[in-house]
Amino acid sequence: MNYTTVVGLEVHVQLLTRTKLFCGCVNRFNPTQPNVQTCPVCLGLPGSLPVMNRQAFELALKTGLALNCKIPALTKWDRKQYYYPDLPKGYQISQYDLPFSSDGWLEISTDPKAPESRRIGIIRAHLEEDAGKNFHDETGRGGESLVDLNRAGTPLLEIVTKPDIRSGAEAHAFLDELKLLLTYLEVSDCNMQEGSLRCDANVNLHIADPNGATIATPIVEVKNLNSFRGVEQAIEYEARRQFEQWKKTGKKLGEVPKETRGWDVERGATFGQRGKEEASDYRYFPDPDLVPVTIEETWREEIRAGLAEFPAAKRQRFETEHHLSQYDASVIVAQGRPFADYFERVAAACGDAKQAANWLTQDVLREMKERQLTIERFSIPADVLGALLQRVVARKITVNSGRIVFAALLERSAESQPAGVETVDTIISEKSLAITSGASELAPIIDAVLAANAKIVADVKGGKQQAIGALIGQVMKQTKGADPQVVREMLQSRIAAL
Amino acid sequence: MSIVVASASQLLSAMTSGKLSAVDVTRAFLDQIETHDGKIGAFLHVDRDGAMKQAALVDEKRRTGQPVGKLAGLPIAIKDVVCTRGLPTTCGSRILQRFLPPYDAEVIRRFRDADAVILGKANMDEFAMGSSTENSAFQNTRNPWDTTRTPGGSSGGSAAAVAAGMAPLAIGSDTGGSIRQPAAFCGIVGMKPTYGRVSRYGLVAFASSLDQLGPLASDVAGAAALLEVMAGHDARDSTSVDRPVPEYGRTLEQPLSGLRIGLASEHFAAGLDPEVASVVRAAADVYRSLGARVVDVTLPHSKYGVAAYYLIAPSEAASNLARYDGVHYGHRAEKFDGLIDMYAASRGEGFGPEVKRRIMLGNYALSAGYYDAYYLKALKVRRLIRNDFDRAFETCDVLLSPVAPTPAFKVGELVDDPLAMYLSDIYTLSANLAGLPGISLPGGFSSGGLPIGIQLLGPPFAEETLLRAARMFERETSWHTKRPSLQVGR
Repeated sequence: MNYTTVVGLEVHVQLLTRTKLFCGCVNRFNPTQPNVQTCPVCLGLPGSLPVMNRQAFELALKTGLALNCKIPALTKWDRKQYYYPDLPKGYQISQYDLPFSSDGWLEISTDPKAPESRRIGIIRAHLEEDAGKNFHDETGRGGESLVDLNRAGTPLLEIVTKPDIRSGAEAHAFLDELKLLLTYLEVSDCNMQEGSLRCDANVNLHIADPNGATIATPIVEVKNLNSFRGVEQAIEYEARRQFEQWKKTGKKLGEVPKETRGWDVERGATFGQRGKEEASDYRYFPDPDLVPVTIEETWREEIRAGLAEFPAAKRQRFETEHHLSQYDASVIVAQGRPFADYFERVAAACGDAKQAANWLTQDVLREMKERQLTIERFSIPADVLGALLQRVVARKITVNSGRIVFAALLERSAESQPAGVETVDTIISEKSLAITSGASELAPIIDAVLAANAKIVADVKGGKQQAIGALIGQVMKQTKGADPQVVREMLQSRIAAL
Repeated sequence: MSIVVASASQLLSAMTSGKLSAVDVTRAFLDQIETHDGKIGAFLHVDRDGAMKQAALVDEKRRTGQPVGKLAGLPIAIKDVVCTRGLPTTCGSRILQRFLPPYDAEVIRRFRDADAVILGKANMDEFAMGSSTENSAFQNTRNPWDTTRTPGGSSGGSAAAVAAGMAPLAIGSDTGGSIRQPAAFCGIVGMKPTYGRVSRYGLVAFASSLDQLGPLASDVAGAAALLEVMAGHDARDSTSVDRPVPEYGRTLEQPLSGLRIGLASEHFAAGLDPEVASVVRAAADVYRSLGARVVDVTLPHSKYGVAAYYLIAPSEAASNLARYDGVHYGHRAEKFDGLIDMYAASRGEGFGPEVKRRIMLGNYALSAGYYDAYYLKALKVRRLIRNDFDRAFETCDVLLSPVAPTPAFKVGELVDDPLAMYLSDIYTLSANLAGLPGISLPGGFSSGGLPIGIQLLGPPFAEETLLRAARMFERETSWHTKRPSLQVGR
């Protein structure tokens, strides 16, 4: 029997604002000092009032626009009411029936080498304030619980997809693309470890029964997912589990209450979590402390005009404008906006985007990986690498010599010596790497090599063309930086003239 | 001049001319509190040291020729629903009995800027829910005109303090009439400004879309002076309106020519005490005698006002009061079993019966399946009530009406009959639903010697018109000069 896995994701993203959503407290991840980034507003003290952070709203609008959402002319704030110690007001300011954006999509491709892409629908995206964090005594001895409100009131964007995702891999690809988009827009750093991106997955199966009808299995919400890989694995696990479950029980959607399951990374399995005894009634109503937000066309268009180039558009442009392969374009764009910007600066400086792409996807990425660096901390500035590649492109040095200069530049920076464009030429001259293409310089060396290798010369003359390689090697060794093509041509003409 | 019966403007000019010092003035009011508040119970907390220190600072400023603020040296009683840094702010509730706010409300900041003297915190119905101040968790406040009667509420402490000469000025909050009704019961002036005119930052919320802070004073000029300092835009309150504040005091003595006074038949409904009705009609005659035209208007939806109000206000209140959960501040039960029980026990012990009643009403009205029928419907009624007023103000400049259906009622008379208590707001709460300004001023006395107030309502931001119209009446009458003897009653 065949089945299709059906997945909808609920993604929470923390926004990169300077301050919290409704007060002036700084919005920064603080893992050490509890309750220091707080004020009467985010502590929910009596008499305090929220004031909307315009920057947060603009970041949210950016996201809505980038996700191709409809943006209404008017949106409002609602109170979602429930009791929990990390929620100091007894309600969360959120958006209920009039979110700032709805009905959009994000295009993804599961394989960067495959041209097909899929559109994943976005049901809605809304803005809300985050809660604080509770810390419980884990010993089971019933010690005191502690509450840290540093995070309380920080801006959170909730993005809900349509159930358009068909596999764990596709969910992973969606999250990759979403993260890339949000980091390009500088909306969020999407750091799952610090909790700036959180994701829940709603999973069920559509099973094709022998009569041609489709049976839907009960929807399960998987929580506690703390990596994209975890999301992928949990969905795959859940699909297999639900299929087995269905074979055992035959229970369909609607016949059992919605289940919430956690993801156990160690065991690689989902596990049942204690369900809520009854459906919660959040008693949503419009927050009377806040005024509705009118999104005028001029404001919306101003934000649209200020949007950074989306990753998808950048990939496309790299292919058409810089003539990169789809694969190279994907790899470069996937490294994030600073890397893509770095690439463009190197390409402009050396005048050969293809050469720049080769070096970046191989040499630079390898170095970054080995040294665990981001491109911002990579020690060769774009103009310096550009100058180096320009020398290679102009055939002033060989590709191999280029690698020697590249290594020398890295070495210098490791010794904290600043490297400028002129450093490239200094290294070339120090290491005598410049291609000695002048016949006057090469001629004596070639003559000496020919004289010392009469046997090989005879072989070449006798028709063993590949034997010339050994001669080229010897000349190259003695000159360090000769252009092998020039050497080959000079050797050929000299041998022919013998 | 006896300091405690003088008006705020008289005191201010005496201090400006050097006839009185701020210390003299402050001490006189503190002494009056000392002597009489035992039987009135207007104050929950008197900040004698803070007040005397501040008064001395103001005197020092005047003595050294430094510029002083608009209220320099004038003592003010603060309703205990307004946050005062380092001074108890209980909202009349056990749940905040030991709460010390770490910050000042915006109005308090403005008072400090204006060199006013904060006298202390005035008693109130718990979380401003009530019309008699009997819902205070701590004490009853007595009406200075007859101590067997209530001062009204919820700003009963503020009104009684001014009426008893224990403060020349006070502030209150008005969610359904909580400034105007006690002002009327105590024979003083009380004003609820337009919603958004005064910042709510630091006003502990009862019903956010209805709450507004306002002045109480023995005369219209005092209320005008206080409002002038309180009003104005505050970026920390999203509902605060950015609109210039007129100098109310400057135009106060200018009568309004061609004034049109509206009388609505709905404001003379069943249950209205005939003495109150005749005071209002007599006030209309005073205006006629001053050249005003009295016109009949109609407010057809006002009969739904009480019902709509008692859905909207409790809904917002239930949500606003959710934060008092015993976790972060305020009362926490000593004995509980687990988190849910901690909430239940702390709130059960911390809130009084009227607050609990409204929390239940509000949560019910907002529940899934009931929201549309109750809360949403009430919002529609609210809009219709506002439309009624908008139409009425096409043919009149101000509406003249009763404040409350009766003069001050006896302590204990209505406390066990919530519905009767709710109906005492019938003439005031429409202004809150519509967001309009209203002023209550002394209009006469009952045969039993109790003050009766009259109310003027105006269109949004017509505070200046209301104050001038009120002053026209005040100048023609002497009700505002009457003072209770403080010996009356038991």
